[in-house]
Amino acid sequence: MSPRPGFVLDVDSSTPPTLFWHGERFSLEKLPEGSRVIYAPEPMEPLSDPQAAIRHALTHPEGDQEPLPALLFTGMRLTIAFDDISLPLPPMERPDIRQLVIEQVLDMAADAGVDDVELIVALALHRRMTESELRHAVGDRIYDAFAPNGLLTQHDAEDPDNLIHLGKTDHDEDVEINKRAAESDLLVYVNINLVAMDGGHKSVATGLASYKSLRHHHNPATMRKSKSFMDQHKSELHTANWRMGRLIRDAGVKVFQIETTLNTDTFPDAFKFLQKREWEWKAKDRIAFLGASKALDRVPARYARQIFHSVKAPHRMTSVQAGEVEAVHAITTANVWEQQGVVVEGQTDILTMGLPYISPYNVNSILNPILVACLGLGYFFNLYRGKPLVREGGVLIMTHPTRWEFNPVHHPSYIDFFEQVLSETTDANVMSEQYEHGFATDPWYIHLYRTGHAYHGVHPFYMWYWCAHALEHLGAVIIVGGDAKAVHRLGFRAASTMADALEMARDVVGPSPTLTHLHSPPILMADVQ
Amino acid sequence: MTRVRDALAGRRFFITGATGFLGTALVERILRSVPDSQVVLLIRPGRRASPMQRAAKEILKNDCFDRLREELGDRFDEEMAARVAAVAGDVATDGLGLDDAGLEAMSHCDVVVHSAASVSFDSPLDAAVEVNLLGPSRVAAAFVAARDLAEADARRGPIHFVPVSTAYVASTHQGEAKEELLDANPFTLDVDWRHEVAAARRQRGDSEAESRRPDHLLQFHKDAREELGGAGLHLLAERAERLREDWVKKQMVSIGQARAQSLGWPDAYPYTKALGERALVAQYGDTVPLTVIRPSIIESALAEPRPGWIRGFRMAEPIIISYARGLLREFPGVPEGVTDVIPVDLVVAAIIAVAGEALLHADSDDPADAYAGPSVYHVASGVRNPFRYGRLVELVTAWFTEHPLYDPDGQPIVVPEWSFPGRGRVQRQLSRASKAMSLAERVVGSLPIRGKQAEWMAALEEQHLLADRALGYVELYGAYTETDALYRVDRLIALWDRMDEDDRATFCLDPAAVDWATYVNEIHLPSIIEHARVRTTPGKSVKTNRADRARKNILSPDRHLAAFDLENTLIASNVVDSYAWLASRHLPAGERATFVADLMAEAPALLALDRRDRGDFLRSFYRRYDGAPVARLRDDGWDLFHHLLLAKSFPAGIARVRAHQALGHRTILITGALDFVVEPFRPLFDEIVCARLGEEDGTFTGRLEVLPPIGEARALVLADFAESEGLKLEESMAYADSASDLPMLEAVGFPVAVNPEAKLAAIARRRGWHVETWHKADGGAQPMLPLGPLDRRGAAARGRTSPAALTGQARRTMGGNR
Repeated sequence: MSPRPGFVLDVDSSTPPTLFWHGERFSLEKLPEGSRVIYAPEPMEPLSDPQAAIRHALTHPEGDQEPLPALLFTGMRLTIAFDDISLPLPPMERPDIRQLVIEQVLDMAADAGVDDVELIVALALHRRMTESELRHAVGDRIYDAFAPNGLLTQHDAEDPDNLIHLGKTDHDEDVEINKRAAESDLLVYVNINLVAMDGGHKSVATGLASYKSLRHHHNPATMRKSKSFMDQHKSELHTANWRMGRLIRDAGVKVFQIETTLNTDTFPDAFKFLQKREWEWKAKDRIAFLGASKALDRVPARYARQIFHSVKAPHRMTSVQAGEVEAVHAITTANVWEQQGVVVEGQTDILTMGLPYISPYNVNSILNPILVACLGLGYFFNLYRGKPLVREGGVLIMTHPTRWEFNPVHHPSYIDFFEQVLSETTDANVMSEQYEHGFATDPWYIHLYRTGHAYHGVHPFYMWYWCAHALEHLGAVIIVGGDAKAVHRLGFRAASTMADALEMARDVVGPSPTLTHLHSPPILMADVQ
Repeated sequence: MTRVRDALAGRRFFITGATGFLGTALVERILRSVPDSQVVLLIRPGRRASPMQRAAKEILKNDCFDRLREELGDRFDEEMAARVAAVAGDVATDGLGLDDAGLEAMSHCDVVVHSAASVSFDSPLDAAVEVNLLGPSRVAAAFVAARDLAEADARRGPIHFVPVSTAYVASTHQGEAKEELLDANPFTLDVDWRHEVAAARRQRGDSEAESRRPDHLLQFHKDAREELGGAGLHLLAERAERLREDWVKKQMVSIGQARAQSLGWPDAYPYTKALGERALVAQYGDTVPLTVIRPSIIESALAEPRPGWIRGFRMAEPIIISYARGLLREFPGVPEGVTDVIPVDLVVAAIIAVAGEALLHADSDDPADAYAGPSVYHVASGVRNPFRYGRLVELVTAWFTEHPLYDPDGQPIVVPEWSFPGRGRVQRQLSRASKAMSLAERVVGSLPIRGKQAEWMAALEEQHLLADRALGYVELYGAYTETDALYRVDRLIALWDRMDEDDRATFCLDPAAVDWATYVNEIHLPSIIEHARVRTTPGKSVKTNRADRARKNILSPDRHLAAFDLENTLIASNVVDSYAWLASRHLPAGERATFVADLMAEAPALLALDRRDRGDFLRSFYRRYDGAPVARLRDDGWDLFHHLLLAKSFPAGIARVRAHQALGHRTILITGALDFVVEPFRPLFDEIVCARLGEEDGTFTGRLEVLPPIGEARALVLADFAESEGLKLEESMAYADSASDLPMLEAVGFPVAVNPEAKLAAIARRRGWHVETWHKADGGAQPMLPLGPLDRRGAAARGRTSPAALTGQARRTMGGNR
């Protein structure tokens, strides 16, 4: 039986309550009759022989590119860069796709007698991964072979000795990336393309870049012109990355791009009910839901968080393609859409969504208030093509506890951003003009980013810029069940129940609003007609 | 015709005690109301200020002079410079400590007023004897010397002496007391004042000796340690010495009280004053023309220089404020009793009128005016215009019911119903409350608490202090409310009758002029409430504003150095945690939990050792690093930082260090932690002072090569650093959490107690130090045990592949494993 496509449900009197994520808990909400609920397509069938598929992709590249073995030779410098802990979400069960792909690349390199090989985590300004996270991503054998000899490194956007300035684009944008990667005879980049934004020229131009280079597209102006940044062709973020990617190519950096897509089989059996449609829940699903939600309600939030962060997703590979960046990426994007796309007719006055415990920036960590904003207004809001799901001036209602909590190891600059910047302004332009430079060049944040596991000092600004398009578009943002003080600091409104939130929303959009709920998991992309 | 003013115009007054309540008012009134008069003030030279500077600062700048300042306008400074002189001296020394110039200045005076007194009802006996008993005679001796000097110069010299005493010298009996010398009073015991002086001095010596007995010294040291913890030898010694001095003082106070009461006086003040009067009259009654002024309890001004003017905290205020705060629920006394209170301006007027008349008589040829020997004037209200205790209570209760004080939560305090109980019951109640509170303090103080609870504890201690103080008031003043003596004012009224209209208008001294209801409601209570700085407005506390102001002061570009302690100031961790984490990291999985659990079981003993002596604790604890590989620990120090210390850090603390950096302040970390543990903090600090272990063949010896600065050593290190960098400690901040950091905190101008433990919280509260409560980030990891993550590099090393990994053998290994 082939998986069913996504669809839009019209809520009527017989529709059971709808499941909302609420951080590391869930709630069931009865949506008003006439509301719409968007369900994602069911997970696609995975590739039956991923090893063979990988081998086939490496030897049958897309676009103007020779097969990988032909690009490898004795005495060459080979660098393999790969996506960091932010992908996929949640982290996948072992073996991780990165491990499968890199093992085959290394095999081919060994066959060709290549002995200068380095692995680099393309983490841009993200936090450095821990040993166990790296072991999970590349496997113990690769880790033990490379890491102790300093051959598995993490990109350091603040290491003046290992960055190279390749030039400026015709838009006067600096292109500065990892020197080892740039000076290699071949740079292989291993992607996991969870959503349509990932991959393409963005892999190298962003993942291996420095702050000096990133600031040209990670800014409020660019993000406001990315409608959405999940849609490459209408995304200024991607346009800038493509300019840079082409400059990198023209500067002589030879990139062999490997992109992979996953199905949306996101949760293991115990949480399978999450990705089912409520009216199709069987007794087993109801029992699982009841058991899980009762248990989660009883444990303190941090244990609930630990439980969820230990969940590894069963998602499996649905496609792998390799070769020239742009050709590869076109296929990948089509595959992502095939798995995640849902056609939706027209916009809505009120968009509701339940926010989970995880975003790309808090794997094994806390979804702090800034990340809550970014997950809702940056990520979920932008999961569209064509028009936003919610009309201009409409209301976004999100459910999340939004606790005043931060991980001091991972997000030290977030704490200060929340205390010192958001307390003064929520205007992205003002932030970028008055505060960004100070945070970005702060020696203490740089110290923590380079030696520990902290996001770069400028990262919380980027999270806020990510929200810029939504903030400009929306009439109001309401968080249900959040810590009121933290919600207000974000400049949003706090409601204690969904009913209250809907009342508040009516004040903004008028008395009989239309309502659409973005159901997750699994993840979906709305093609708004 | 204005007799008094004419007699005094252009005259020069020599005044002692001018910095006091009565003295200030006297100086002001002479300068304002007596044309062309001049004053010479006897002032104790301060440590930093000359007598003239003290006079300018403590007398002329007082709001008492606001009226005169306004009247004179621009001429004020000029005129004061011409009319006010100050000479160095002290009534507690023989000869007043006057130098030749001082005596010369005195010899040019016409009237000498002695108003200096040790008015505190609980001053040590010997101090009261020196000032109150011997003071008047010393001034009289100087009077004689100055007169001799003048006469040798063919001048007249001082003409009349006005010593100020107290009506209570006659309080040894009930009923009416006449304005007569004590020798004429049948109720005065004939005690030889010389014996009393000798006894008081001897008792000081005895108490000093007693306080040095080994068991006492041990107790002082023990108490100091209990209060400060392991604060270091110097500080403990300093504290113990202060405790000893306090003990001696207390001894002397109670000896004085006992002696006074044995002779029938309520306490040492009237007792020493009375003997002072007798000594004066006995020695100088025949040679120095003098008139004694005996006021009752002097309170705020009725009209001059303005209604309600008061200086310092007077006798009745503490009682009234304690009552208004709801602290003192009962105060002994009988409603029918008379509260003898007299406004300060009436006393001043009496002194001036007496002096004026004395000068008139001295210049008179009429035999009726001839000086007839020492005489006495009471300035008291009890007979002429009695103010009943019951009426006072009524007025005070009504006033505070209408104008309540507010508690820190902004709630009005309801004043209790006054029940006029006997003194014994009140004392019992108060001492019970005080005892219960000290028990609570002892229990809470022995708990290892810090932060909010510790501040709460400090608040408890403050309540305790207040209860103690109230108890003290009852003990001291209770006796006064129980004296039923009535002070007749016949001579004063006769003087009043002799004054003309104009003098009466200028120098009102008639106690009948006081309307008590108006005086209490509109003059006295508003005035003392203003002085007491109590909350008179509802609403939430302004405490946050004070903290904000303190923070602003600290984060000012004018400051330049900030010193930080590490443990519990910037991170919620300690050397034991760090050791447990580092050591468990390399243990086999099975032993890790046991190891850490064992160490945690030791924790109470370790903590106790740490509290006793931090230096000993660190030295012995660090032995555990004996034989540990140096390179590995230096490496692990970074993981410790990123995984444990940062997770347990106080983000607000780190932000504070950085705020200081941003302001261009220098930052210094002073800690007992080891160098490889604090290394990752380096970017935050210009200088790190920490401990370092010795090394031998790549392993640690477990012996400290660089001792961590403890206690006063921290203050020294900080002082050295400041000096070498050309920075001033008074413009510096120090952040620390425990009493053992006291020397460092005391060394700087801006000490900050961070999450203070109980002892430091109490000290910080008492001294008004800024307190910060910093928390761990709520999302920080909160491991039950400081367990290092398993080090898998050992396993990795066994399967380690050479850099030429991907050719030949390495490839086969990988292939083979697949």
